[in-house]
Amino acid sequence: MGAPARFTFWMRAACAPFISRTSRNEWDSKTLASQTKPPAFWIKSAEALVLAVAVCFSMGATDSGARYHDLNHRLMCTCGCAQLLGECNHVGCPSSGQELSELSADIAAGMSDEQIFSAFTAKYGATVLAAPTTHGFDLVAWIAPFAVFGAALLGTILLIRRWAGLAGAKAQTAGQTIAIDDPADIERRERIRRETGADGGF
Amino acid sequence: MASFGSFALIIALALAAYNLLAGALALRLIATGQPARISPERLADTARRAGIAGFLAITGAAFALIWSVFTNDFSITYIMEHSNRALPAAYKFSALWSGQEGSLLLWAWLLGTYGFVLRLTHKTDVKLYAYAGTILAGIQVFFLLVLNFAAPPFALYRGVIPADGNGLNPLLQYPEMVIHPPMLYLGYVGFSVPFAFALGALMMRYPGEKWIKVTRVWTMVTWLFLTTGIFLGMHWAYAVLGWGGYWGWDPVENASFMPWLTGTAFLHSVMMQEKKGMMKSWNVWLIFSTFLLTLLGTLLTRAGLVSSVHAFAQSSIGTWFIVFMGIVLAVCIFTYVLQRSHLKSEHHMESLVSRESSFLFNNLVLLTACFVILWGTLFPILSEYVVGNKVTVGAPFYNRVAIPIGLFLLFLTGVGPLLPWRSTSLKSIKRNFILPVIALWATVIVCFAVGVNPWKDGAFSNGSFYAIVSFAVSAAVLTAILSEFLRGAGVISRQTGRNLLVSTWLLTRRNTRRYGGYIIHIGVVIVVVGLAGAAFNTSQEQELGLHDKLLIGPYTLECIGFTQDSNDNFDSDYAMLDVYRNGKKQFQMTPEKRVYHASDQPQTMVAIHSLPSWDLYVVYEGTNPDTSQPIIKAFLNPLVGWIWAGLVILIFGTFVALVPSITPATASLRVPATRAAPSEPALKGGD
Repeated sequence: MGAPARFTFWMRAACAPFISRTSRNEWDSKTLASQTKPPAFWIKSAEALVLAVAVCFSMGATDSGARYHDLNHRLMCTCGCAQLLGECNHVGCPSSGQELSELSADIAAGMSDEQIFSAFTAKYGATVLAAPTTHGFDLVAWIAPFAVFGAALLGTILLIRRWAGLAGAKAQTAGQTIAIDDPADIERRERIRRETGADGGF
Repeated sequence: MASFGSFALIIALALAAYNLLAGALALRLIATGQPARISPERLADTARRAGIAGFLAITGAAFALIWSVFTNDFSITYIMEHSNRALPAAYKFSALWSGQEGSLLLWAWLLGTYGFVLRLTHKTDVKLYAYAGTILAGIQVFFLLVLNFAAPPFALYRGVIPADGNGLNPLLQYPEMVIHPPMLYLGYVGFSVPFAFALGALMMRYPGEKWIKVTRVWTMVTWLFLTTGIFLGMHWAYAVLGWGGYWGWDPVENASFMPWLTGTAFLHSVMMQEKKGMMKSWNVWLIFSTFLLTLLGTLLTRAGLVSSVHAFAQSSIGTWFIVFMGIVLAVCIFTYVLQRSHLKSEHHMESLVSRESSFLFNNLVLLTACFVILWGTLFPILSEYVVGNKVTVGAPFYNRVAIPIGLFLLFLTGVGPLLPWRSTSLKSIKRNFILPVIALWATVIVCFAVGVNPWKDGAFSNGSFYAIVSFAVSAAVLTAILSEFLRGAGVISRQTGRNLLVSTWLLTRRNTRRYGGYIIHIGVVIVVVGLAGAAFNTSQEQELGLHDKLLIGPYTLECIGFTQDSNDNFDSDYAMLDVYRNGKKQFQMTPEKRVYHASDQPQTMVAIHSLPSWDLYVVYEGTNPDTSQPIIKAFLNPLVGWIWAGLVILIFGTFVALVPSITPATASLRVPATRAAPSEPALKGGD
């Protein structure tokens, strides 16, 4: 699957829960290309919006000054000050001046970000990178927070849904056995609703 | 004085140990009803009195250390290493927490002070307080063991006593450093109290939720101290370290932030337990975790497990802390497993979109943020252990992972209060959310209209993008909160005929906790706006000869001279810079570089001119050895002042939330009866 086709596939997958059953069936059919009925306007708009955001995020620094600034904030000063290379402010720092000139030279030589990071890592060790890389064991550093958040979010939603189901069943059972028709009970219930509603407690 | 201090520490240890053992025995006898030679109540009271006496003993030890600093008693190693004769008096106090032994003594003294107040107010609930006091004594025993055997502050100097000391670390010679560490420690240590109450209540199967009401003030005050301590630390980093920022995701900064996150989660979810009897286990574990994280913070600061700019306090007492954390965790798990049947929820949530679920999601996001920070802090150790390769987890990691989480949290800050309890309808969502959504999009449009957009130097900038999202969500949250105030104040205004301002005041007085909470949220929003400004920071670095000029933003800095100064404590080099705007001289700035005599260490003193729109921040970086000309670095940092203003609002909100609400009956006495409109529903007062 090429990149545009992959994008369309994911776009449709993302929009699927929001589209009507009819149009989803239409999308599922393999004769999409031959369809004469255009998709709804808002689906097109959503596609355009997601595409715009994706394009924005995929754009890199085009200006060499911006790239230099970006890269020196992704590398560490190795003098032991524990600061980003671009923020090390020690006059006479034994490391930052040399590192910065190496970075400038690498950019001028047309090296890619990946090549620059490899060269720095080879010379100064892995701790020169201000953040873990995205391969090998380092990838775990990036995945774990989102995995934990996703799992916790899913677990919470499922738990609340289960509780809501239990509460509904309980209310139904209670409704079958006890009919609250005493005016005092009804008034009390209304008062509780009022007080615990939008204007009530915190 | 060294002998007096050491003796006081031994006495304090003996008293804390008695408090722990006698208290535990008495509570055991009361719980089992076993007959004993001495009445368990009397035994428990002797334990309580031992706790009070222990506080006096630790106070004696702390006094001895302060006295030794002021009398320049360099026969004590700690004083020799952390003070000198020329050190100004205010910083002599700082010597108490500038090193490991002193800061552990400060911790023990603060814990003793909290315990002292708790034991004096024991009549609120004698049994619960006896449990809490005994648990606090257990924590105190640990710190006194460390102070007596692993890190004694009164150890004597071996060899010829020097005429002068090594002096205080220059980084600590700044006014905020006299306040920041005690504030932070008050926060750290303070969480021991709600922890002790929670564990005690669980041990004794305390009926109802009264323990939460008892500890509420403790928790909020502690949270306030920790918050203030963190912000003071940020301001210190901003004004002293000279890199133009205030938060570097340093492991020790992270260590203070983690208990703040879990403590904040607890303050929110505890309301669910009070109101609905929900999330009991969750709350207990939140407070357990918060306490454990305060210990972890101290471990990270003291044990040198991770590299940090706070390296001035590293040592080898890590093992003691690891063992103690293990014991605390084991006790928590054991008690929880034994008593978990006591923590069954009385109600469950009924809808995904309700006030209850917003609290749960708020907790989820806060805990995820805490996990992210813990993960990032410990990942270098994990990586070294697993693949033998240490990596750096710095600002780029946290900025990518934590900022989206923070923005989601900010979003929930606005959404939560707009949702009613139990469940909500589409109509109510539409009604409550229309204004915030309008504010959100209006802010985006205004941002683009004034040229604030995500493109910087022709490239898409994540920082600017996040900043615009922050501004937009902040506007929405602020609108949501203000509309809540206006809605309530409108009802009171119609009832009483008072104007909206007075009605807002009355509304807040009637439910201080709720509206104090809203004010805190406003403070948070203001802080976020300030933080978002960092995306637009600019800087210029230049060698400045006499009458040379440096341009930054709308300002022109002209160097009009250099000078040197000297006193008993340090030598300093100044640059005198006239600052012009639109060709008109505005003010003068004097960035400074000091070299302290005792330690021979340099230190930057940044010159900052603060306006609501930005800070002009100027650093004297030193002198170029080739040209002998000073190097000046200037930063223009937008909206930084909003961060400190947000803190002030946040503190004010916390005070409001701490003040008891006036009941509607009392409130009604304050308004003219003839003006009351009987047709309007009365607004609920109290909690």
